[in-house]
Amino acid sequence: MSLQVSELRVYYRTLKGEVRALDGMTFELGDGEILGLVGESGCGKSTLGKSLIRMDGRMRHVAGTVVLDGQELPIGDDRAMNDFRFREVSLIPQYAMSALNPTRKLRRMITELLKSRGSAVDTAELERRMDQVGLSRDMLDRYPIELSGGMKQRMVMVISTLLDPSLLIADEVTSALDVSTQKAVARALLGFRESRYVKSMIFVTHDIALTHHIADTIMVMYAGRLAEKAPADVIVKAPRHPYTKLLLDSLPEVGVRYADRRLEGIPGSPPSLLDPPAGCRFRARCPIAGDECAQDPPVAELAPDHHVACWKA
Amino acid sequence: MLRLDDVTKEFKIGAFGGKSVTAVRKVSFEVVPGEVVSLIGESGSGKSTIGRMILGLNPVTRGSITFDGRPVRAGKEYYRHIQGIFQDPFSSFNPVFKADRVYNMIKEAYYPAVPEAEWAERVEAALSDVRLNPGQVLGKYPHQLSGGQLQRLLIARALLLDIKLLVADEITSMLDASTRIDVLNLLAELKARGLGVLYITHDLSLGTYLAERTVVLRRGSVVEMGLTGRVFGDPLHPYTRELLSAVPRLNQAWDDATAVDSCVYHECGASGALIEAEPGHFVACARLDTCP
Repeated sequence: MSLQVSELRVYYRTLKGEVRALDGMTFELGDGEILGLVGESGCGKSTLGKSLIRMDGRMRHVAGTVVLDGQELPIGDDRAMNDFRFREVSLIPQYAMSALNPTRKLRRMITELLKSRGSAVDTAELERRMDQVGLSRDMLDRYPIELSGGMKQRMVMVISTLLDPSLLIADEVTSALDVSTQKAVARALLGFRESRYVKSMIFVTHDIALTHHIADTIMVMYAGRLAEKAPADVIVKAPRHPYTKLLLDSLPEVGVRYADRRLEGIPGSPPSLLDPPAGCRFRARCPIAGDECAQDPPVAELAPDHHVACWKA
Repeated sequence: MLRLDDVTKEFKIGAFGGKSVTAVRKVSFEVVPGEVVSLIGESGSGKSTIGRMILGLNPVTRGSITFDGRPVRAGKEYYRHIQGIFQDPFSSFNPVFKADRVYNMIKEAYYPAVPEAEWAERVEAALSDVRLNPGQVLGKYPHQLSGGQLQRLLIARALLLDIKLLVADEITSMLDASTRIDVLNLLAELKARGLGVLYITHDLSLGTYLAERTVVLRRGSVVEMGLTGRVFGDPLHPYTRELLSAVPRLNQAWDDATAVDSCVYHECGASGALIEAEPGHFVACARLDTCP
């Protein structure tokens, strides 16, 4: 196992109290596995991604452990995490466009970045990786403003994985891109795994169709908790959690027309995580909720590798 | 109802406006009452510029946009019939005022003579048209409402006017999958009541869900337009095919449309003039017969 997360709780401090953004997440990620993390806004998917690399000032690590390659990550300790960032855990941010220093040419920026980590640039390797994602080598002598959005995104991907991290977190990397660029970026991510630049990957997105194409496993989160986790095909073809089912039903696909088939959204909205209700958090919106749902549903392994947190599944 | 004829838009760029870039090139199409037309294109294709020109926010460089036979004249009378809704619902509202203040502004500007009680009834009717519970949304600040609620508040605001055309510029791209579809269904219901909608999006699946007709833009020019079922069921232009093949779909692997790779439409010397391939289905590819 490459990554083991157990009972992770991360809360946000606010004036009104603590927002329980992650409330007891337990999951594992195998070697070479790409995990797609999906859910609505505010379900905690980005918080999970951030917790694994850098918590901002408002976030507090309350409980739980994160073990990467047999070593526990000190996720609550900003300074101790420095030894792991970039080397062991790396991140591709959502807005790669704004992640590059606008006042430096890319070559100088990369040199400075690696120097700060005590490494030197292996230009041959850097250029080989740029070739792989389809960037021409003379990009290194340009300023970020001279690159298009998709090019910048791919450049950041190459930079983030230069030190061959064990875990790569890709947070909504394709949501600001056009469909054709999105495809190129997603393909490049798959290429990184094949070339063993990264061992495993967490791909955070709200686009289930895209996740299905690149992830081995999909994990669906709802209101800070795991709802369902299973191999990608199983989630799409045979979901067991009512939330996953409704979410899939609400996806418009090319060719689906209002006149032929009216899709339905999920009524209601997710509960506030400031003081979340007891029991199943999807209960209020769930069409099949019953009395037992007032109790917290345990995460059960219904089939090999198919984990579901629902009493009715 | 709304008609665009050879609309061209050039923006001046450079230090003293010495250079210009053509954002929209000779675009012509029409939106009739009770019809949803989706305008699909990637970033920089000029789709939002077209929306802004229709709303009178940017002047047209050449060509003409007419609404019911009259040219666009930004002003009170024009906005009585045409309203726009944009991508980010949170920046559409002033965060220091309550969200329902937008309704009072409509009343002051357009219906000062309507008594308060009657106006409150009209607001409630508009809110129930957009499936909002007045008690849940009135008197709240924007940050207390969800993105889907705010977008629906804006649609309700448009309904209070004598609205004929709604320009919806990426209105669902910041919403979650579960609420996005509710907003789309709402547009479909309004369409059934005779509202014309120009639905601007980069998301092909959302565009096809509602629209009768689709216009595909590339770099400011129309590459293909026609009935949605024809444009996406039987795409003629290689660019449309490429767009379709890049959309991730469930239950179907990403196929590489091989015919597209061999096409050189990027450098193709074709003039880009629209050809009517079948009745009502236009395509800007002069090599339809010769291309594989």
